[in-house]
Amino acid sequence: MKRLIAGAAVLVAAGLGTARWAASRGRRPAVAKDPLESSRWLGITINRSPDEVAPGGHLPDPLARADAEVRMNRAPGDRGTEIYARPREHRAGIGGLLARPRGDDARTAVRTALRETKCLLETGDVLRSDEEIGTTRPTVTGRVLDMALGRAAEGGRL
Amino acid sequence: MKALCWQGVNELSVEQVPDPAILNSQDAIVKVTASTTCGSDLHLLGGYIPAMRAGDVIGHEFIGEIVDVGPEANRRRVGERVVVCSVIGCGRCWACSHDEWSLCENSNPNPGVTDLMWGGTTAGIFGYSHAMGGFRGSHAEYVRVPFVDYNAFPVPEGISDLDALFASDAAPTGWMGAELGGVKPGDVVAVWGCGGVGQMAARAAMLLGAERVIAIDRYPERLAMTARRVGCEVVDYTSTDVTAELRERTGGRGPDVCVEAVGMEADGTGIERVYDALKQRLRLEQDRPIAVREAIHACRKGGSVFVLGVFAGLVDKFPLGALMNKGLTLRGAQQHGQRYIPKILDRIAKGDLSTAYLATHTMTLDEGPKGYDLFKHKKDGCVRAVFRPWA
Ligand SMILES: NC(=O)c1ccc[n+]([C@@H]2O[C@H](COP(=O)([O-])OP(=O)(O)OC[C@H]3O[C@@H](n4cnc5c(N)ncnc54)[C@H](O)[C@@H]3O)[C@@H](O)[C@H]2O)c1
Ligand SMILES: [Zn+2]
Ligand SMILES: [Zn+2]
Repeated sequence: MKRLIAGAAVLVAAGLGTARWAASRGRRPAVAKDPLESSRWLGITINRSPDEVAPGGHLPDPLARADAEVRMNRAPGDRGTEIYARPREHRAGIGGLLARPRGDDARTAVRTALRETKCLLETGDVLRSDEEIGTTRPTVTGRVLDMALGRAAEGGRL
Repeated sequence: MKALCWQGVNELSVEQVPDPAILNSQDAIVKVTASTTCGSDLHLLGGYIPAMRAGDVIGHEFIGEIVDVGPEANRRRVGERVVVCSVIGCGRCWACSHDEWSLCENSNPNPGVTDLMWGGTTAGIFGYSHAMGGFRGSHAEYVRVPFVDYNAFPVPEGISDLDALFASDAAPTGWMGAELGGVKPGDVVAVWGCGGVGQMAARAAMLLGAERVIAIDRYPERLAMTARRVGCEVVDYTSTDVTAELRERTGGRGPDVCVEAVGMEADGTGIERVYDALKQRLRLEQDRPIAVREAIHACRKGGSVFVLGVFAGLVDKFPLGALMNKGLTLRGAQQHGQRYIPKILDRIAKGDLSTAYLATHTMTLDEGPKGYDLFKHKKDGCVRAVFRPWA
């Protein structure tokens, strides 16, 4: 049983690792994989017209409350509105890297605000996971997974 | 309440867990009356889908009765008998509004995992790991259904529980493979796998006008069931060369549309089987794409291949040359069930489509571990084990 659980942990790590490897292959090894990582605009597309997204030019919450530069434009075709945001204060290099594990990554906050804004505007709510009423029990693999999933709610393509 | 939980690789147990609750105003709570095993669960059980945790409730294909609704659920009512789509959609993002529900942009509260693995966030799925949102599964007495107005469909009177049950996942998945695979009247269609999904794909191909449908598997009872209940031709891949057989049956062309309904744990014959099994065990390859390779080889020039079988990561020896030079179209998806469920219920009501026969074993929730043992090892002719928590 323990062996199997350890096997699963290795698999998760290997799966996520492989994905990272696949995504990063061919790029120069560097401290930050993307040289513009800390200053890029985070973009999200909302299936609503610009008028509905920001009536009278007023940004919707929670994006309005985020400490971020924001710009928006109509999306191509029938795709609605593109909103772009990034933290006002860019933290590049080692400072930015240290910020992540401390959990105060300003980009994470902006990313989450964008995602929640989209979910609110499109569905009227921010969907919650059943994880809030847990059925799981703590295991070694669970902890490994917690680390791997720790940032899962924050990441994701925008 | 009682629920069937994943405890580790190939380990399940029935546990007492806290009742689910309405967490969002558009949720409902459904009292589960029937919930079936699906081939996708075998990939979870085998440890091939990352992000499962000990104690996770599994199961995603189910029907039940609505017993509670949130204040902003407008269309669904307490007391309705509903079939619920295994894949959760919000109904209002760009993907949902273009009927690509498994690509929903708002139904996965853990968007980072699938984005990291695949470069894009996919929809939430019931009981299908924390990567797919960490939603509890349906092998339980109750389950929370998010965005219920879009994901639960009332079952018309006259359709039995067991017929409606497979409208949750197996039937719409099969329908999607045939429809998005591009089946047209007069086509020859080959389907790899005679599990619930393959049989539904074969039947859908016939209903969409295919002139000939050929289904492939190794289990005699599944082949016999497919021949009798779906009414198509069958091939036993252990007793013949599938590509040669298909060529001989199609005037040398090969099938116009190939639907793969096998997935990442495909079995094979000869050296290929040993090669992929070994690489997968050593974690050098994540998925075994044996049936996908064969489908690409067998497909006619200019034809199309649809991958319904679930894959999670990287595969080896992918015949990109055949795909490119033969001008094939390759497509796949988790099912866009909401697009097909009403149509499927309609077909069931009219008698065009029967599904209940897939339920070869009906049992209580307490018998869950035994049901998965029968289903995983295809013992006792098991095609689907169905759990009835309140029986
Ligand atoms: N795309 C979706 O949304 C979706 C939905 C449901 C299920 N699925 C996937 O569909 C697949 C099938 O599901 P199921 O419930 O029918 O599973 P199942 O295990 O009952 O059936 C799979 C069948 O494939 C056969 N098979 C194995 N190797 C083969 C080969 N090389 N050639 C031909 N047949 C072979 C097996 O003998 C078995 O009968 C699984 O991968 C499952 O995860 C996908
Ligand atoms: Zn399924
Ligand atoms: Zn959606």
